[in-house]
Amino acid sequence: MKKHHITLSVNGDDYDALVEPQQTLLDTLRDTLMLTGTKEGCATGDCGACSVIVDGTLQCACLMLGVEANGAKVETIEGMAKGEKLHPLQKAILEHNGLQCGICTPGVLMAAKALLERNPDPTETETRFWLAGNLCRCTGYDKLIKSVLVAAKEMRGA
Amino acid sequence: MAHDILDNSGFSADRKLKIVGTNPIKHDGWDKVTGAAKFSSDIVLPGMLVGKVLRSPHAHAVIKSIDTSAAEKLSGVKAVVTRADFPEIKEGTPYGDMTRMVIAREKVYHEGHPVAAVAATSESIAKRALKLIKVEYEVLPHVIDPVEAMKPDAPVLHAYMRTKGAKPGDAKVWADKASNVVERYELGVGDVAKGFAEAEFVVEHVYDTKPMHQGYIEPQSCVATASEEGEVELWCCTQAPFVYRDRLSEILKMDSSKIKVQQSELGGGFGGKTAFYAEPIAIQLARKARRPVKITFTRSEVFRGTGPVSGTQSRIKIGCRKDGTITAAEAELVFQTGPYSGSAFTNAPQAMFTRYDLPNVKTVSYEVVSNRPKVASFRAPCVPQVVFGVEDVMSELATKIGMDQIEFRLKNAMADGATTIYAEKFGKIGFIETLEAAKNCEHYKSPVPKGCGRGISTGFWFNRGGETSSSLQVAPDGSVTITLGTADVAGSRISISMMVAEELGIPVDKVRAVLADTHQLGFNRVTAGSRTTFSQGVVLVDCSRKVIKEMAGRAARIWKVPEEGVMFEDGMFRPASTNVGEFKPLSIADIAKQTTNTEGAIAARSDMNVTGAGPGFGCHIVDVKVDEETGFTEIVRYTVVEDAGKAIHPLQVEGQFQGGAVQGIGWALNEEYIFGTDGKMQNPGFLDYRMPVASDVPNIDTIIVEVPNPKHPYGLRGVGEVPVVPTMAAIANAIGNCIGIRPRSLPMSPPRLLKLLKEKKGKA
Ligand code: FES
Ligand code: FES
Repeated sequence: MKKHHITLSVNGDDYDALVEPQQTLLDTLRDTLMLTGTKEGCATGDCGACSVIVDGTLQCACLMLGVEANGAKVETIEGMAKGEKLHPLQKAILEHNGLQCGICTPGVLMAAKALLERNPDPTETETRFWLAGNLCRCTGYDKLIKSVLVAAKEMRGA
Repeated sequence: MAHDILDNSGFSADRKLKIVGTNPIKHDGWDKVTGAAKFSSDIVLPGMLVGKVLRSPHAHAVIKSIDTSAAEKLSGVKAVVTRADFPEIKEGTPYGDMTRMVIAREKVYHEGHPVAAVAATSESIAKRALKLIKVEYEVLPHVIDPVEAMKPDAPVLHAYMRTKGAKPGDAKVWADKASNVVERYELGVGDVAKGFAEAEFVVEHVYDTKPMHQGYIEPQSCVATASEEGEVELWCCTQAPFVYRDRLSEILKMDSSKIKVQQSELGGGFGGKTAFYAEPIAIQLARKARRPVKITFTRSEVFRGTGPVSGTQSRIKIGCRKDGTITAAEAELVFQTGPYSGSAFTNAPQAMFTRYDLPNVKTVSYEVVSNRPKVASFRAPCVPQVVFGVEDVMSELATKIGMDQIEFRLKNAMADGATTIYAEKFGKIGFIETLEAAKNCEHYKSPVPKGCGRGISTGFWFNRGGETSSSLQVAPDGSVTITLGTADVAGSRISISMMVAEELGIPVDKVRAVLADTHQLGFNRVTAGSRTTFSQGVVLVDCSRKVIKEMAGRAARIWKVPEEGVMFEDGMFRPASTNVGEFKPLSIADIAKQTTNTEGAIAARSDMNVTGAGPGFGCHIVDVKVDEETGFTEIVRYTVVEDAGKAIHPLQVEGQFQGGAVQGIGWALNEEYIFGTDGKMQNPGFLDYRMPVASDVPNIDTIIVEVPNPKHPYGLRGVGEVPVVPTMAAIANAIGNCIGIRPRSLPMSPPRLLKLLKEKKGKA
């Protein structure tokens, strides 16, 4: 199958990639660029494990084609910590045990980051509804939600 | 070999603890919040091929022929395998059945049953190759529902199968011809006829539950390689690396010593990753292609091809006196297992009433094959389904005799030393303490919110020990590595590291746990049944005590004093008394760095069949509100009360309680496999198979009860299974109290509740 040449920026780094026309952004990140932090749970847009931020908007990477990401600025979990310094959301999830197996964690973190960028002071209900697209089978959500609210508070400097 | 620690754990309630009972950050957490953690599907090897599986479109059919020639000719295809590439093992034997579930031989038994597989240089080529494989089927009549499958005229899956335990007088089973009933199992105690004669109140109902899926977010994935010498390496997400190795050895007819299974990080299992699926196929493809092969399932393959949980039908009857004393209980239980036996259904009759001290019990259970995917373990396998009915009957009885729900259960509760229906005599147990904690908690004492109904339910799980083999090494700098052959399903590495740090008197950051491959340790039983943190605690505390003894000996030789002259306290070796002499205390690091001038490396290993697991008990309290217009149930408030023996890492324990309860909420309200009349699953995706999302549930409150298990050095009991056991019954009771009519069928989804409400209105 003839491949297409795309260029994109991921976490501030420029990449060239050859992608098949039907190949998703998720497969492009994972298989072509070897950035495996973004996870696949369903490939149908129902679990949120593949959440990334494309040009400032939260997206399921499994619902977008690689060719559609040509020229885009993509943020993934690999770019969330700044060097040694964890993002407050990462820190809160660690401290409050907001993860068990950790497979949903990268997606949850990207989705929560997008939430706090839009709404720095979400209520618990708003947080639960915003993260309703991110399935977690381990935690029962309690400690996940708590972690996000704690991080939001810290980021507001409250 | 005898192990002292199994007889004398050294548990002391007065011991001052520094680390156990705190909440350090999980060591594996950093990699998991940064995307660096390596799950199976993240593994890439040079030259790696993509494997894809061709699955049956039919629920039941004879495979007449398979033609792979066109697929083999496609450019980029490096190997194709079918039944012909797997050793023949007789059907009706454990490994014969296992190999037929991996890849179909004579017949396909469910839609999604693997028939062939390819390995190719890209996923798109592999998919194209699957389309080129021609399979000729002779379609047979199928049966999905187990109660239908038990009927004499049902389509029979296995012509050779005769019911084990068939008994004249039971018309549901027969011994003289083929049947879909694998086994009839009877278990009881006392005389139920006499018991029911003594009862003043008797309640009896029929219940049914649907199969649900374990629902781990990480689909199965594995990478296999094969060397020219015939050695195989397998990376996979598994709860049972050693069990996989030994079963692979049986079905592929290879020595276990030539198979190395390396577990990766595990993206959820809940019992569902205790059995292999694509792993043997990936190995055969890799052997044929002479290149590494990776197979990763799609979500649809996970639903159609991997284990759901048994659905059940049960009839449950309990009788009691006016004062609340239960005089007899009886149950008849039917369990789905898929095409072959393996549901672990005997757990159910053993556990369903255990927590109540009952003099007269009779249970008859049936395991039934039908044309659906083979079931796999899930938290407390087969128990929550039947507790659903038991606790509904219990609640109705309590209401009938006008007794408080928890008081009624307390009245019949098992105490220390009670003997179970399966003839185990309990030691110290915490059921009464758990019920008392529930009774006295704020949630239970608070008034039921307006428009809501409240339900409670209880549950039990045996908890397990079993074969566990681990090692501990002290590095020259005094830091410690522990090597585990069990899997880490939810964060057990940190809890185990904490117990080692506590024993050695070093900070938990100085301990690192690594997940072994199967070449490194002796056999470890599957990580399931809430056994891991318990068993590893015993084994690694044993290792810790061994290295302390070794280091005390070295301190004695360095000081040139007798061994008894050295004591270990707070991480330091000191002279036991002033009589021994004046010596500067030595830390673990001080001794560890002298390996060159002492007796070499400091390490210990412990291999044992761990005993002494303490049973676990829980009680759930839930308030729900049902919208009578839509049939939608809102979980308004939820509290889990459970005995953990001792919470090593309380946040981890709470996480188990909360996660289990929310899985139960999904099972109670939404989750089920839906089959069409064509025998195909109609909802193999997360959109139509709806698991709870964050906005579906409230915070789950937790109360950790701690009645120590004296057989464990820190008093621990397993906590992973119990949290899902009471959930569906608690919710059903709450719904019943809210709408005045009790649901007895799962899931209690909006259409089902609307139907019940309509029936109620019709009657009114
Ligand atoms: S993998 Fe994209 S939503 Fe599930
Ligand atoms: S932590 Fe396992 S799925 Fe969320």
